[in-house]
Amino acid sequence: MKLDDLISSPSPWLQPGGPQGEIVLATRVRLARNVAGRPFSSRLKSDERSELEAQLRAAVLKALAARGGTWLELPELSEIDRRCLVERHLISRELAAAEGQRGVGIDSTQRIAVMANEEDHLRLQVYSCGLQLEETWRDADRVDDALEGEVAYSFSPRLGYLTACPTNVGTGLRASLMLHLPALVLTKQIEKVFRAVARLRLAVRGLYGEGTQATGDIYQISNQASLGQSETQILKTLGSVIPQIIAYEQQARDVVATESPRALDDRIFRSWGILTNARTISSEETLTLLSAARLGVHLGRLKGIAISVINELFLQTRPGHIQKLRGAELSEPERDIARADFIRKRLGAL
Amino acid sequence: MICQRCKKQQATIHLTEILRNEKRERHLCEDCAREEGVAIKAQINLQDILSGMVEAHETAGREGNLKCPDCGITYAEFRNQGRLGCPHDYEVFADPLKEVLEKVHGAGEHVGKLPCRAGTDTLAQRELLQLRRHLQEAVEAEQYEEAARIRDIIRVKETAGETR
Repeated sequence: MKLDDLISSPSPWLQPGGPQGEIVLATRVRLARNVAGRPFSSRLKSDERSELEAQLRAAVLKALAARGGTWLELPELSEIDRRCLVERHLISRELAAAEGQRGVGIDSTQRIAVMANEEDHLRLQVYSCGLQLEETWRDADRVDDALEGEVAYSFSPRLGYLTACPTNVGTGLRASLMLHLPALVLTKQIEKVFRAVARLRLAVRGLYGEGTQATGDIYQISNQASLGQSETQILKTLGSVIPQIIAYEQQARDVVATESPRALDDRIFRSWGILTNARTISSEETLTLLSAARLGVHLGRLKGIAISVINELFLQTRPGHIQKLRGAELSEPERDIARADFIRKRLGAL
Repeated sequence: MICQRCKKQQATIHLTEILRNEKRERHLCEDCAREEGVAIKAQINLQDILSGMVEAHETAGREGNLKCPDCGITYAEFRNQGRLGCPHDYEVFADPLKEVLEKVHGAGEHVGKLPCRAGTDTLAQRELLQLRRHLQEAVEAEQYEEAARIRDIIRVKETAGETR
């Protein structure tokens, strides 16, 4: 698959219709692995780094052979392409910004991405839409086995898979759920979620990981501890908070719908009005408005628009994708104009 | 407890400020705390844990000077960067790392997946690591014959590992 086709096709984790898809946008499972007998990435000399990348590239392509794997060399990609891959969650911001030889292998469905020479030698990620912790882990486990057939991993019987950062050691597993929680934000009860997860060594962060803001009312919840529990236990703990969070969000939706329907409608339709009429719009405002529109569709108040279109816009209006669409580097004000034009066109407005 | 600022929401942030030797306690909700510019950390940040431990360790002094013979990183360097240099560091820094691992994970032993390859013994891994380091040194010192010799040994060891 060519990079341009990849970027223009919909992202699988944004497909609607997954289990609990109204609130759980996507599931991600990440495994951190290092090749035995080599220093970690930050200590690799430039020629060692190239040598390792070649070895990993061959291993990843073989492991993904049955799934139509493509390999992308990061140094060969344009700034815009790299940005698009970050926005699609196929590579990390760190890999995009790093220097030296590094790459990513992606399967034809874009559910699986394996980064080479990131903080760890290998970072394997698998995505699914909706709440699918077990299924996603099973796929990751399978690809991990296939990779291990090609390269020997650095492993200690006591500490498990050895990683560059001790926060990932053990299983090397980080499982995350991407949640859309607009009503909890609206009713200012989002700290309920923070409280529910804090006791269980789970972390809450924004859409694009560590240090990012929770724009568009999208939060990521993931396990903090990777050592001392099996993969299944980790997934179980993470999954165990979800029914509670979904119940909180549903409750908050009911409250706003019954107690302040006028204010709710005003928010939804005002957002819709701006999305379909704006002539210039920032990416952050877009996410906020799309979040209100998504809530409107799910509450049956905003009709005639498919959730898939809204989900898709979450991604296609990001700065990298807008520039990719225009096929040129754009300044921020130019992007804001291009974004407004694109949204109006996509939503069939004037 | 209700937020002292807005007097509406539940206070979830509890601050202790010391101003001119006077201790003041404040209890705020998340919104008010944000408006007052209080940074909220919803997750464990390794850097913070580590730098919090730095002081405790600095007095002891010893750990900071620990150095891995394989990759050359010292424990002090690790504390600054938050990243280890090679897998062997887990053994060299085992003592001070124990505390870090307990803080982050709450437990100290791996109970998860095991690699399918039976032969990933740590000794062989370490030997490879050392050989690669010698190779690098030989190349840097322009001792190409020595480098070629080490490269051959690495090849043999790697193939042995793969067929095991």
